[in-house]
Amino acid sequence: MTVPFVFEKPLGMRDTLPVLYDLKTNIRQKIQGVTETWGYRFMNTPTLEYYETVGDASAILDQQLFKLLDQRGKTLVLRPDMTAPIARVAASSLKHEPFPLRLAYDSNVFRAQEDEGGKPAEFEQIGVELIGDGTASADAEVIALMAEVLNKAGLEEYQIAIGHVGYIQELFLSIVGNEERAATLRRFLYEKNYVGYRQHVREMALSSIDQKRLMDLLTLRGDGSKLGDAFELLPTEKGENVLRDLRTLLDTLEAYGVAHRVKFDFTLVSHMSYYTGVVFEGYANNLGVPLSNGGRYDELLSRFNRPAQATGFGIRLDHLAEALNPNREETLPSAIIFSPERKQEAIEQVTDRRAIGERVVMQELSGVADLDAFSERFDDVVYLIGKNGKGTM
Amino acid sequence: MLTMAMPKGRIFEEAVGLLRRAGYKLPPEFDDSRKLILEIEEENLRFILAKPMDVPTYVEHGVADVGIAGKDVMLEEERNVYEVLDLKISDCYLAVAGITDKPVAGVAPKIATKYPNVASNYFRQQGEQVEIIKLNGSIELAPLIGLADRIVDIVSTGRTLKENGLMETAFIESITSRFIVNPVSYRTKDRVIDDMVERLAAVVEGVDDYENR
Repeated sequence: MTVPFVFEKPLGMRDTLPVLYDLKTNIRQKIQGVTETWGYRFMNTPTLEYYETVGDASAILDQQLFKLLDQRGKTLVLRPDMTAPIARVAASSLKHEPFPLRLAYDSNVFRAQEDEGGKPAEFEQIGVELIGDGTASADAEVIALMAEVLNKAGLEEYQIAIGHVGYIQELFLSIVGNEERAATLRRFLYEKNYVGYRQHVREMALSSIDQKRLMDLLTLRGDGSKLGDAFELLPTEKGENVLRDLRTLLDTLEAYGVAHRVKFDFTLVSHMSYYTGVVFEGYANNLGVPLSNGGRYDELLSRFNRPAQATGFGIRLDHLAEALNPNREETLPSAIIFSPERKQEAIEQVTDRRAIGERVVMQELSGVADLDAFSERFDDVVYLIGKNGKGTM
Repeated sequence: MLTMAMPKGRIFEEAVGLLRRAGYKLPPEFDDSRKLILEIEEENLRFILAKPMDVPTYVEHGVADVGIAGKDVMLEEERNVYEVLDLKISDCYLAVAGITDKPVAGVAPKIATKYPNVASNYFRQQGEQVEIIKLNGSIELAPLIGLADRIVDIVSTGRTLKENGLMETAFIESITSRFIVNPVSYRTKDRVIDDMVERLAAVVEGVDDYENR
């Protein structure tokens, strides 16, 4: 390892410069505004958590965790997601509050990257958790809220794909019989390796009907009509329940007016292993990576000794900012450049203008080396220079 | 418009042939153009011509919606893309080779390869400790001149190995080209992509049937 350059940052860490900061603030305010109107309360959790508790529950790959030791030698992690910490809070500090709880967060999370540039190791996530509600209405609520948030942020072209990991699990178990073999199949889906999946299915000792059922899973992508196809693949009681819930979900999204954004995709599996039911991802048409994701996690709360069904979503603010309008023009502030003898006047003017919300910089003339270069950074410049101002002759 | 990343070189011709048989009207000048970006307006397709090793990178970052990449490249690069279809072209395999097939003496045999990731994974699975040396081409040279004890490389006919007096010591995995898709495009442009996959699959399966006869 060579000595870093003086201006170098650790791998994956980024500075947020003013233009992007403004854009993000703007989006953040809109999102927070909408989320609050739906009755979600924002909260914060610590940046550091114990590796054994939140680190373990968070389902982020171990090699992606930033780990450090505290003074007593306990292993800590920089929080890799917000769902696990909020589950911890819901089960401890908020344990006397009745369910369902509606909580929201806007926090930076940390995931170590091994790859080249383009992937930050620290990024801001805005999201909600709806804890203690197992209904399809709850699933619909978080998806509808996510759509509303994206609308209000100004995103025009986006889509949401909805899958169901419980369905996949049930289908696999009903065909291959045990968890180990189901896990192998899940792994192919998770790795997005459909060629390997098909090959593996062909090599399994299964009836041709069951092989076809596994193959047909890959085609369960599309609108509400796919729910019927999905039931044909899994005509069991559990399958029926799942699909009834998804039907209700779709109807509810219809009522929210966001159904046209939604497609079903039963091949969707998330890297978050705590999901148990509905999972979903949001995509902007002009972005190569998912914008947001979420789903139902009915087992996570029990790890913190307050079992409860829950669902939620998280939006990557950096990806959303990129999808919205990365080349937005910077709006420039105004400036008043003064010489010392007119300082009083300058302060009066600048105070008045700031009071009505204008952005005004006050700059003493002798502090500027290159006046032309400096002036270019402003929309307009007022000079209060020399003794010829009012009342100072 | 759908953007497709194509590998330049060996696989390109076969890939173009496959697309033509799937009913895509690609003009004749397509084959020997030196342009890196080609638009076929009537098919609403745009092709970018990339180094084979870089195809999954373009697709992962979403500047190409789909692409054609060898399984060897997929194994080496481990990119976050969908591997949707086995195109069954550019058939070859990854293998270990050396001057002799006798076990290599020494603490950690040196392995020269273009695929350090694949090689490292393979020898870890075998429980062998090795030292990987990354080369960019003419891998067969390494054992001949004493840089490495073994090589890991793709073998298609085995002629290069034979002519250089090398012999295969282990088979790693068979390789064909794959149709790969960006995870977002897979959902946002599903109609066009599903159609393309279906048409390609029909051609590929056809080849299969032909061979089985």
